[in-house]
Amino acid sequence: MSVPRFWRELDTRYNLIGSYCKLTKTYHYPRRTFDPDAGRESIGTMEDYQFKGTGEIINCTVVHQAQTGYEIFGPYCMAIIKLDEGPKLTSQIVDCEPNTIKPGMKVKAVFRKLGEDSESGILHYGTKFILREIPQVEDENENLSNIEL
Amino acid sequence: MRDVSIIGIGITKFGELWDKSLRQLGLETGLSAINDSGITSKDIDALYIGNMAAGSTLQQEHISALMADYCGLTNNHVPATRVEAASASGGLALRQAYMAIAGGFIDIAVVGGAEKMTDVSDSESSYTVSMGSDEQWESKAGATFASLHAIIAQSHINEYGTTREEMSAVSSKNHYHASMNPMAQFPFKVSSEAVSNSGIVSSPLRMLDCAPNSDGAAAVVLCASDRASNYTKKAIKIIGSGQASDTLSLHHRKYLNRMPAIGVAAQRAFKSCGKKPTDLDVIEIHDNFTISEIIALEEIGIFKRGEAGAKILEGETKIGGRIPVNTSGGLKARGHAPGATGIAQIVEIVQQLRGEAGERQVKNAKIGMAENHGGTAATAVVHILEAE
Amino acid sequence: MNGIVSYGAYIPGYKIETGEIASVWGADGSAWAKNLNVYSKSVPGPDEDVITIAVEATRQAMKRAKLTGDDIEAIYTGSESHPYAVKPTSTIVAEAISATPNLTAADFEFACKAGTAAIQTCLGMVGYKQIKNGIAIGVDTSQGAPGDALEYSASAGGGALIIGREKVIANINHTTSYTTDTPDFWRREGQMYPRHGGRFTGKPAFFKHVQNCGMLIMEKAGTKPEDYDYIVTHQPNGKFPIRAAKSLGFTQEQFETGLLTPKIGNTYSGAIFLGLSAILDIAKPGDRILAIAYGSGAGSDGFDITVTDNIIDMDRTETVNNMISKMEIINYSTYAKFRGKLNMGTTK
Repeated sequence: MSVPRFWRELDTRYNLIGSYCKLTKTYHYPRRTFDPDAGRESIGTMEDYQFKGTGEIINCTVVHQAQTGYEIFGPYCMAIIKLDEGPKLTSQIVDCEPNTIKPGMKVKAVFRKLGEDSESGILHYGTKFILREIPQVEDENENLSNIEL
Repeated sequence: MRDVSIIGIGITKFGELWDKSLRQLGLETGLSAINDSGITSKDIDALYIGNMAAGSTLQQEHISALMADYCGLTNNHVPATRVEAASASGGLALRQAYMAIAGGFIDIAVVGGAEKMTDVSDSESSYTVSMGSDEQWESKAGATFASLHAIIAQSHINEYGTTREEMSAVSSKNHYHASMNPMAQFPFKVSSEAVSNSGIVSSPLRMLDCAPNSDGAAAVVLCASDRASNYTKKAIKIIGSGQASDTLSLHHRKYLNRMPAIGVAAQRAFKSCGKKPTDLDVIEIHDNFTISEIIALEEIGIFKRGEAGAKILEGETKIGGRIPVNTSGGLKARGHAPGATGIAQIVEIVQQLRGEAGERQVKNAKIGMAENHGGTAATAVVHILEAE
Repeated sequence: MNGIVSYGAYIPGYKIETGEIASVWGADGSAWAKNLNVYSKSVPGPDEDVITIAVEATRQAMKRAKLTGDDIEAIYTGSESHPYAVKPTSTIVAEAISATPNLTAADFEFACKAGTAAIQTCLGMVGYKQIKNGIAIGVDTSQGAPGDALEYSASAGGGALIIGREKVIANINHTTSYTTDTPDFWRREGQMYPRHGGRFTGKPAFFKHVQNCGMLIMEKAGTKPEDYDYIVTHQPNGKFPIRAAKSLGFTQEQFETGLLTPKIGNTYSGAIFLGLSAILDIAKPGDRILAIAYGSGAGSDGFDITVTDNIIDMDRTETVNNMISKMEIINYSTYAKFRGKLNMGTTK
């Protein structure tokens, strides 16, 4: 992605900035100039809104043939997430076993690297999502209390 | 408004056509269609071309001029227009030509679709295909085109209980049809079990649920119906045409398991000719993924929502069944060259309505439909044809 | 008084055990673990780096203090593994907390004490009343060369401190430093891995600076080891910080809370921030903390800190120890893939 094209959407990606339509009292992500349901009347009634970053998985898939730049993840989970305020977006769910992700699971936003232009190009950052509640797994290696000092 | 007929067709083999450039493919299929039609190049009022990806895979834009030049039409400065709507480019090009003739602006047009997908690596052509979805908010977020359809499939399965066997039946049936189509990329049968056991692309979609990225070209000659008989005795009329748009990104849709643009485009096509789903004898559906064929048939009204899978498994859409779908082999087995697919569908329907489909012939086919869409059905274009 | 308004930390969710690394080189894993007192180290995910960790730690600090971007007028990030050689981490952090454009920013480098130099700079700006709040961040995702001793300890993580003068949760009573030109550990421009002077990194480097700085700051503050509830020093392995603390007269009860390296490895510029975060996670009003950072090259920054009543109201539920308990074990091949140690060729 070209430098200006990435830069233009920095706050949209970093901070989940979208729009709130004061006329229809609806939220939109990414930003909109007007609410498609209200048409022209809503121009001028849209204000910037920062989403809380919490939401729920509507549906998901485990991608085995990766998108360009995502090969390093091995099979990874892509999901359509509904933010608490209403709008939906598409994101990777990270730091999890992809096959365990199910619709209905609650997620929250984290700040991650999305990719890079090339080895010498700029780095792209943005928002991905992780599970809010990790399924509990017993880990017997956890007890390091017998460390010799 | 005048009636419009198809008076000539041409199609190349679909596949990995290493020896053929985009220009060659366009010229070859254009000549084929013109020869079939009985016109000469002097009769051509306009050229329309469907092409999605030449800019990405060939670094070439201005395809309209490219094709007009290599097809020898620039001596007479014939107007040429390239139409792009991802994989709906072909169907949309046809609609533009149809409207121009119907509106009385021109009498005869050549409409072609051509695409080269194999000049670049698999990952590059895959990335190019994902340009039919939202590059900023879907592709850049890690979604491949297949993964979006996988989510659609997941959602359809969750709500309607569509099964693995039902999806595999779509692919298997299309391969069976392609085994009778000499122009198909994969002219051989594939069992349902093979589909169900093929490698996972994006759960639940497997390798054989997904159409290939192919090279290929197809062309038709359109003519105002009132003078079609000057050229041919085999004219087939376009009786209905409909088009619709939807959000580019899947996440902006109300339902993740529907493709409403297809339903609306089909409705508009039916309305424009007073026909209904039960009037159709044969259909070409845009099966870029097996789930797309299932949903498209539900949107068009061939089957009730949630029931297409079961009906397909029962064999209703096979040649010999109640309503044969994708007798060409569809995108999966005939091949999918994004700009050409929409025209290739029309070529198949014309062959069926003329009675020239050989082993694939549907008995007494009088009315056929071609459904072509782009992206996750962000653009849908539907045409209905009738034997004259 | 000026001091710490808030703190934040971030440790990635993956770890690799010393034994796993040793098995690749045919070395004795339990001997190495005992030798270094490092049993596992944190590993960043493939989509994490100094910038993402700095943002997560800073966002936690901002949330705890209930501040917004407008309240922040300086951001300084110290690291020796900034993703860019030129283009500051700090401006991306600024954008990610909506602090732009009314602020100053810069990145710092001083091996493992880059972040504490940033604390001193913030104290200066706040003390000179040019800003209300500044953020000092220390984060690293440094690597050790495969097969080198540093491979067992070089890890990833970091923290952020919001420095200001209102609603301070801990006063920074004094700060002082001890700095010399000592080439104990370095990395040349363009090199992927650092090099070090082996045993030279001990007495003439780490211990000389930490001990001298420790004595200097206690002299400045007029304090003795008994006056402190906690001490936290830089911790390149699990042994050096214990020896340094004991040599200054401190006991296990005082240093054990801030000692994280045995579980998470050496987070370089992040180490002192994470150790201090672990202490602040449980500190009570009136607790006194001595923090001594060390950076190769070489120098130590010392801080004499007293926790205030304001810490009671702060949300301290997401602790450093929570983050440590969530780390998942990965094997060497996953670690090598994540850390870019595999030669992926140039397919594009």
